[in-house]
Order: sequence, then C-alpha cells, then structure tokens
Amino acid sequence: MGIVTPGFRGRPRPSGPELPPGQYLTEDFPVLSAGPTPRVPMDRWEFVITTETSREHRWSWTDLMALPSDTPTVDIHCVTKWSKLGTTWQGVSLDTLMSDVDTAADYALVHSYGGYTTNLPLSDLLDGRAWVAYRFDGDDLHPEHGGPARLLVPHLYFWKSAKWVRGIQLRFDDEPGFWESAGYHDYGDPWREQRYQGD
Amino acid sequence: MARAAVPGRLSWRVGRLAEARQETPTARTLVLDVPGWPGHLPGQHVDVRLTAEDGYSAQRSYSLAAPAEGGRVELTVQSVPEGEVSAYLTGVYSTGDPVELRGPVGGWFVWRPAGTQPVLLVAGGSGIVPLMAMIRSRRAAGSRVPFRLIYSVRTPGDVYYADELRRRARDDAGLDVTFVYTRAVPEGWPHPPRRIGVTVVNTNGWPPALTPDCYVCGPTGFVETVADILVALGHDPRRVRTERFGPTGG
Repeated sequence: MGIVTPGFRGRPRPSGPELPPGQYLTEDFPVLSAGPTPRVPMDRWEFVITTETSREHRWSWTDLMALPSDTPTVDIHCVTKWSKLGTTWQGVSLDTLMSDVDTAADYALVHSYGGYTTNLPLSDLLDGRAWVAYRFDGDDLHPEHGGPARLLVPHLYFWKSAKWVRGIQLRFDDEPGFWESAGYHDYGDPWREQRYQGD
Repeated sequence: MARAAVPGRLSWRVGRLAEARQETPTARTLVLDVPGWPGHLPGQHVDVRLTAEDGYSAQRSYSLAAPAEGGRVELTVQSVPEGEVSAYLTGVYSTGDPVELRGPVGGWFVWRPAGTQPVLLVAGGSGIVPLMAMIRSRRAAGSRVPFRLIYSVRTPGDVYYADELRRRARDDAGLDVTFVYTRAVPEGWPHPPRRIGVTVVNTNGWPPALTPDCYVCGPTGFVETVADILVALGHDPRRVRTERFGPTGG
C-alpha cells in the first residue's frame, strides 16, 4: 500500500466485479490516439498478414465480411486508467484468419492505417483471444474508435487493440511498436499492471 | 532472447504541495516538491496516486504544466463532476501534504526545445496545460522557433494562465496567441461566440508549406475536428500530434 494521502477518502467502494489494479470504471467510451483519424475508402481497404518468409495473405473488405464472425462480450482496460465492462463487438477471430497461414514466428507487429504499430506475442492473438472487429454495440465501428476495423485483444491494455488495423507482420523477434518505443510496456497485462517499461 | 537495455522502472515518488494557484473557479495549479525528480519534456504527463486510510487507492494521469525546476513540478487539475481524484486535488489537498507520483510518461506528444520547425498549438479548454508547458519551455530554453497558439474556451473566465498568456503574447518574441470563445466573448470582441473552424485555423495557424509541428489537445470532439481541419488544409498527418481528454476523468 502507498503512503496515505491525508483527507482522501475516494468514492464509495465499488461492489461490482474487481478491476485490474489502478483502474477505474467508466460508462463512456473515451478515445485515445496519437494523431488524426485516418479515413480509409472501403474499396481500397485491405487486411494483410505477412509471414516471416514474406508470404502475404490478403483480405479485402468483402472477403472479411464473408468470413464467419464472433460477437464477443469483453471487458476493456486502457492504460490511461479507465476500464469499461461488458462491451460487445462483432469481428473475425484471428484463429480464422490464421488458419491457412503457415508460420513459425513467435511475435506479431500490428500495423495500422495512419502509421500506428504495436507488438505482441503471436500466441496472444490465438485461441479465441483476438479479433479483427468491425462492429461495436450493434453499430458499425466509428472512425474515432478505429473503424472500419480494429484489432481487439481485450486481455491486454487497450493500446494493443490497434485502431484502423491494416495488417500483421509475423516475426521471429519482438520489434517494439509505437507506444512500446515511447516507454510503454512490451506486453501490457492489466492484471499485472504492466503500464510502462520495467513494470 | 537478447534485448536492448531496458530503461529503469518508473518508480513512485512522494511529492508535497509547495504552492497552489487557482486558475479558474474549477481549475487549480499545484506546485509540488518531488525530491529526485528526473526532469521531463514539455507535453509529458505524470501518474498521480492517492491512497485512503483503508488502503483504497486511485490513480489518474495529469499533464505537466511547466518545465521542471530541479525537483519542482507543476500540474494544473480541472475539477470534473464526480471526479474523486480531481475533487480532492482541487478542493482538499493542502500545502505540505504528500501524494505519490510517477513519471514522466509519454514520448510522442512532446516538444523538444532543440526543434527548428514552426509550431502550432491548438488547445480546447483544459487541453492548454501541456501546450503551456511547451510555451514556457520555449522561453526558458531561449528558443526562437515561432509558436502560434489557438486557445478555445467557453468564456473569458475559463482561460487558464490568463495574465501570463497576455504578458507572454506581448513579451515572448515569436509567440502569437489567438483566443476562440464558444459561449461568451469579452466586451468589444470582434466576433460573436463561435466554434473553431477552418477559417480560424487557416488564418491563425501556419501554411502547410512551412511544415509546422502541430499539437492539438482537448476533448475528443474538439481534437477530432481540429485534426481533420489540419489534414484537410494540407498538413502532413504525421506532423499532427494529438492528445485527447476523454469525456470522463477523475
């Protein structure tokens, strides 16, 4: 426990589900991004998985829509301290997208329209834990929240759930992404409060 | 696997309130003494942690409002409705009291005093805080890089750092300050209240050909609007850095 701040009592203690350390509950959906919101014409949108041998697997928007989708309901945790519980999405599981991809890579570097990147172990994208999501709460995903499609990896801090996702590069090494190069944690497990490098 | 050197852990430090200033009826600047503070760049923020006697703790992030002076750091905190942390920091927190801080955090929304590009700062409401740190750092570093600030507020009474901004606009060579009032204007102001739009940004910003570095900070809707305007005017999206304050906070 930290030092006591005189006179600080805080909110009435939440009685609901436990949050990761240092997080607070919000009902809103705050936006966090580093630059302008990119606008991607749907007829030019594509999602590309590139293997460590430079083999490319491509999906157009039409291809993506033709794949079976899931509607996961998940809790999300942003490194800026808010958590939002029970959010419902629609998207294509990475298991589906990876089913024909032959790879021995251990890591993934995710790329977005607009230049954003984020890194994570490939295993965190598999086994029903990650999606390319295109609907939120029954609506098309709004551009400021990453539409037309974003990665959804809810078990890690939300900066790993790259907005405006355009592809995943599979790698043998763990190349730091945008925030990871700016002092944020390489893995980012909210339950272990891995916010910054060294946490 | 071999790894590059990992920077040291950001550890929690204890800061004590040395001085406080009321900026508006709902915003308060806190000057903290933080022994061992490692320094920071303008635009970076800190995490603040408050702990109650029963062990309950709450953390929030706040932008640093000024360059570090040794172990002195400045934050400006806007009180938000139902904000358990901001209500404490703006209303209860007293001189000499401890809080825990760690940082500095963030390496993207920063201005480096060695920079040579013209700078456009666009603030909405409390989004002025990290931009004020840049304005203060520019002067402290003796930089002659031209700065333009467009600062949108609801009413004249909502302006943070009002006297200092007026003085700097007069005395800091190469700093231009433009105010946009959205609900009420000062007496004799040439426009009725208005929202920021293409005309204001085009007239009071920089031409894209000068490849200025643009920093936009404020509530989400404001930042979305201004960033879209800058891109539409021809600014390179990679030179438009944004920081958004969500509709909730603490």
